[in-house]
Amino acid sequence: MKKQAAKSLRVFAIELAVYAVLVICYFFLVLHLLGEWLYRLETQHRYTYAGVAILLIAGQAVVLDTVTTLLFRLLRGRWK
Amino acid sequence: MFFPISNSHINPIYLVVVGFVIGILGGFFGVGGSFIAGPALRLMGVDWNYAVGTDLAHIVGKSIVAARQHRALGNVDLKLGFFMAFGTIAGAECGAQLIQALKRAGNVNTVVSYVAIVVYFGISAFMLWESRKTLQSEKRPSQAGLVKGAASKKDRSAFSPVTRNIQRLKIWPMITLPTSGVRISLWIIVLVAFVGGVFSGFLGGGAGYIRMPSMVYVLGIPTHLAVGTDLFEIVISASYGTFTHAIKGNVDILIALVMHTGAVIGAQIGVVATQYFTGPKIRLAFVPLPLIGAAIVIYTLMTGHKL
Repeated sequence: MKKQAAKSLRVFAIELAVYAVLVICYFFLVLHLLGEWLYRLETQHRYTYAGVAILLIAGQAVVLDTVTTLLFRLLRGRWK
Repeated sequence: MFFPISNSHINPIYLVVVGFVIGILGGFFGVGGSFIAGPALRLMGVDWNYAVGTDLAHIVGKSIVAARQHRALGNVDLKLGFFMAFGTIAGAECGAQLIQALKRAGNVNTVVSYVAIVVYFGISAFMLWESRKTLQSEKRPSQAGLVKGAASKKDRSAFSPVTRNIQRLKIWPMITLPTSGVRISLWIIVLVAFVGGVFSGFLGGGAGYIRMPSMVYVLGIPTHLAVGTDLFEIVISASYGTFTHAIKGNVDILIALVMHTGAVIGAQIGVVATQYFTGPKIRLAFVPLPLIGAAIVIYTLMTGHKL
């Protein structure tokens, strides 16, 4: 039982590390590129901005959820 | 990191950590976590209107992740969630209108603050009493407290006689919820959602601290399913709230996206944690949450600073 908990924690720590690298890349690439465009959209086309905002947050949720689930499965499989 | 939409400088690590904490709470309790996110953004100098709107956008993302995870565990009643979303949106509009009426009368802050304190303390006290009583009764072999129809998750509640009486009210149309194992009048579902929505529009945030307990005690939904379904319902109602706030210029989606990267991991931890606790234990752990909300309101009343 203790061994299993230690294994889960180790997998989780690795997952966090990999996820952190992905998130940092994401900050610098995606947000940097989108920032200016979203700012202009927010000041000039509010309705489009509102729709894009929901699509972005929902899209990010689905993508990140899939990425973390896959990461977890992959790492757990590797450490079994 | 500079966020041009809200014209603010915020450390992204701070946002990720705040998102992570809210994610855990959301995944475990099925709440939006606006009572933490709003003040946390205000602390970084984000204007109040942006704090409210951005928080809602972040809640959409976090709830999608947590609801997907709960769905995988069989904890989401989609049928119930859809019905509740309509009631919540209508209630939120009424709550917002009530705020406008109080604004015109000139005493909006006092009324909202006192109502919030009473409601928060009331929910905490009731849940503390009920969950302790249920946990004590669980030590005995009797099955008297089993919530009717909750066979899928075997949830017990000391309030179940009242819940059963509510379920017996035959007001057409009666709805069967196979996932939750409950048959109940549609009007009661909509009423519960509507009341939650009124509080959401009146007090701000998603009002999960009212809706989740209402689903358990009034509708008789097992706690695990109430948490998952509440999250699903929040996705719909918070999306609506995000859209209306965004067209009013109250949403900085860049901040929400950064916060959400932390919330994804937090929500998954919260969802997994629900598997290790029984319904009454989750309800008992829920007790401090409304008290945090009450503490924030009391602080605002005493100091005059809105967190």
